Amino acid sequence: MENSNADKSEITARKSSEAGRPESEMTLRPPVDIFEDADGITLMADMPGVSSDRLNIEVDKDTLLVEGDARIDMPEGMDAVHADVRATRYRRSFVLSSELEAEKIDASLRDGVLNVRIPKRPEVRPRKIEVRVE
Amino acid sequence: MFAYRTNFSDSLLDQFRRMEGELGELFGRDSWPAGIRSVAQGTYPPVNLGTTPEQVDVYLFAAGLDPKSLDISLQQNLLTISGERNGSAREDVNYYRKERFDDSFRRLITLPDDVDPEQVEARYRDGILQISVKRREASRPRQIEVK
Repeated sequence: MENSNADKSEITARKSSEAGRPESEMTLRPPVDIFEDADGITLMADMPGVSSDRLNIEVDKDTLLVEGDARIDMPEGMDAVHADVRATRYRRSFVLSSELEAEKIDASLRDGVLNVRIPKRPEVRPRKIEVRVE
Repeated sequence: MFAYRTNFSDSLLDQFRRMEGELGELFGRDSWPAGIRSVAQGTYPPVNLGTTPEQVDVYLFAAGLDPKSLDISLQQNLLTISGERNGSAREDVNYYRKERFDDSFRRLITLPDDVDPEQVEARYRDGILQISVKRREASRPRQIEVK
């Protein structure tokens, strides 16, 4: 996962801008924390404005895709004076490795923070090796 | 309803991007005078600011906040928002990426001069903090009668 090739989102973003697609299709790359413990890997992503019904998480072969649409409540006829955030779609993908159980991924979303738990296969979880004293 | 809203916000954002691009081409990236309180791109949390004749809305894109940790104040037209999002980092695990903000923050935003500091509302939903401030009646556009 730390391999930079594993993170495809940068490549995707570059391709779409090269193809000259309309800018409204521009996507935001959510910042993530990724950490591993003995039983699996946890991914946390900041996606403010996304509710669970606008969130999509997919695993296709070994690629984990996270995307969501942010809803921003704006009154009709509003003028944008300043905008740090200029798109409403989040998208980022990651390549999983074979010792992870993609079919047992669990995801939750709270206050715009996505939490994805990817367990390791039981056979690859570390086992403590007892030393017998005879 | 939602499609309309999306189109609406996209067109707003497109306008803004185009305007910024044109200004950049005309004056060069750095010669355009920056607001004295403007901050570098990437400062946490990202802020959008929009106005209508009736109100001014500030949007802070700050996921995972405890609303109780927020301190929002409005002095005349200067809005101050501070809060924190930290302590979530775990010691017992192996981190590969740590891109999410993990600290305290404070942002000062200058609003238009005609906002009414007595009429402020703040709400937090799905990680967006929205602060709406009404503008004073007197400064709204009025029809002027010709006698």
